[in-house]
Amino acid sequence: MTKSNTAPFDDSQRETLRAIAAAMIPASEESQLPGADDPTIFDDILASTGRDTKALADALTMLHSTVSGDLSALRSAGPGTVLERFRSENGATAAIFELAISQCYYRDDRVMRAIGMEPRAPYPKGYAIERGDWSLLDPVRARGKIYRDAGEGKTA
Amino acid sequence: MTAATNDPVDVLIIGGGASGAAVAWSLADTRMRILCLEQGDWVKTTDFPSTGRDWEARQFGDFSVSPNRRGLPEDYPINEDDSPIKVANFNGVGGGTILYAGHFPRLHPSDFRVRSLDGVAEDWPINYETLEPYYAVNDQITGVAALEGDPSYPPKPAVMPPLPLGETGALLGGAMNKLGWHWWPSDAAINTQIYEDRAACINLGHCLSGCAQGAKATTDGTYWPKAIRARVELRTRCRVRRIETDDDRMATGAYYVDADGVERFQPAAIVILACNGIGTPRLLLNSASEQFPDGLANTSGIVGKNLMFHPYGQVRGYFDQQLDGYRGPRIGAWSMEFYETDASRGFVRGYCYQFTRGLGPVVNAVSGMADGLIPWGEGHHAAFRRLFKGSAGMVSICEDLPEEINRVTLDPTLKDSDGIPAPKITYRLGENSQKMLDHSLARGIEILKTAGAHDITVKAPMPSAGWHLLGTARMGHDPKRSVVNDWGRSHDVRNLFVVDGSVFVTAGGVNPTSTIQAIALYVADQIKSRIHNLFD
Repeated sequence: MTKSNTAPFDDSQRETLRAIAAAMIPASEESQLPGADDPTIFDDILASTGRDTKALADALTMLHSTVSGDLSALRSAGPGTVLERFRSENGATAAIFELAISQCYYRDDRVMRAIGMEPRAPYPKGYAIERGDWSLLDPVRARGKIYRDAGEGKTA
Repeated sequence: MTAATNDPVDVLIIGGGASGAAVAWSLADTRMRILCLEQGDWVKTTDFPSTGRDWEARQFGDFSVSPNRRGLPEDYPINEDDSPIKVANFNGVGGGTILYAGHFPRLHPSDFRVRSLDGVAEDWPINYETLEPYYAVNDQITGVAALEGDPSYPPKPAVMPPLPLGETGALLGGAMNKLGWHWWPSDAAINTQIYEDRAACINLGHCLSGCAQGAKATTDGTYWPKAIRARVELRTRCRVRRIETDDDRMATGAYYVDADGVERFQPAAIVILACNGIGTPRLLLNSASEQFPDGLANTSGIVGKNLMFHPYGQVRGYFDQQLDGYRGPRIGAWSMEFYETDASRGFVRGYCYQFTRGLGPVVNAVSGMADGLIPWGEGHHAAFRRLFKGSAGMVSICEDLPEEINRVTLDPTLKDSDGIPAPKITYRLGENSQKMLDHSLARGIEILKTAGAHDITVKAPMPSAGWHLLGTARMGHDPKRSVVNDWGRSHDVRNLFVVDGSVFVTAGGVNPTSTIQAIALYVADQIKSRIHNLFD
């Protein structure tokens, strides 16, 4: 069973989501980046909607109906488009799409390499951070105490 | 109520989080029979998101800070429709420490004297000096990384070296120096070296959804192993329904639902509440009886009232140079420049800044789109790259004043999975808090501009940052104005204690976990020193 077969979207919802994914994060030849509708990434999206599945399904049905099934109307998100209007009128729902699509797009190996990340989980290798130069604090030390005394001694 | 009755214990602690663990450990040396009931379970570090490729996604799922979003069996729902700030918590062994940032400041001396110093709210019945030895013990057990000499505090020792400054700390610290404003490495409950068999931080960058390395001090790894070795019993997946009392107005124990769904009664000589600022008033209100018709320990009528969050303001900016990004703990340095009252600012009390590093790619994309900085479609990739490498900023943690209108009540219809009435919070930002938030945003923008940021965004109050749940069963000398006395004992029920954030009289302007645990240790010491006349 592929991941996409496990997703609880019907065909029209799935194709609507694919159109939105492509409109949100399109492929870039210049950056050699896939789009969010890339088959591998899109399968991951379909399998990962989790707690947001119902909200997405409802919104997809509404959008599919808005364009009367003509998905070409969802392939652009620029000014004056259906998606631009949808985002401005349904910010919370648009944010659910943004999370559902981004959380899978930006963990794809190709994408992670392209943005300068190693394609791996943070643990167990971790990362390095500069320890820093604590002499930067000399002006703060020189200024001296800044807290207020509150008076009185121990109470109990 | 029909329920199986367990063998009695001397001390029943309800809640196994920050304060429950601390009070259990401290009381263990009495050799009393001590039992803690925790509604959640142990969490395995191998389950934390940073162990997997879906590390960012899972912080919005099972490891979300929102109990309503998680919706796991151990969570209880909260009606938060009447609040712009939503509750953040975790239900399990370790409680909120599992998902906290590990930012570990103490309250300041002035925080205990707000009425005397600033003419607002009320003074605490205890002060900084009272808690100072307990802060010190807690720092040792927790393992606090810090740099000694912070001029915004009385002298306090560091247990281990501070967190690394990183590119972000150096940049923002330099800006603070230009402005002549205070900043300092944060006290952090994060190991910078191996400490008591817990590993050192490896900069996973994902403290807020659980530390897979075990370097962040969470009470399942600090207090609890010590307490359990000292024969304290911790019983998980046990949700308390109500506390029972007798004709003498003494607590006799608690009814709870165990892991198998069986209703049980646990008799106890002493009951200690450690469920924090929502869970504790919920349980007291759910324990109403003929003797306590308005809720247990509530003859004052203020159980649940004076709910204080810390309203958070967020200021983020983007820089052209490479910064730490998603690497490293979210925290690193703080500023107490605007902590103490300055009447010229137009509000009393103050706030701290917690400087923050960058974002992971998913959150960078999502927040960039939400802020209108990253478009859908053409231009998405270029905008993402421009913002990803050099993101940094801060949150302001603003002191909230106690107001009775801000409160926890029982929702008339909402219930948890065991049928126990769920809490409802009613909260609105006070005028003083709003002015403080506005001030913190303006100064935050000034800091980021001084550091060279572009595309600065602000958000206030941060809606999902209701971490700090305080004030709903506060301490005080006057039984008409407080729920517990100056050593944590209920004014109404002489063998009932509260040790969590509920007892805060005022909130201060810093993360409260260090103080919550210091109070738990202090109350435990009071119980021990008064054991022969504890119920007088």
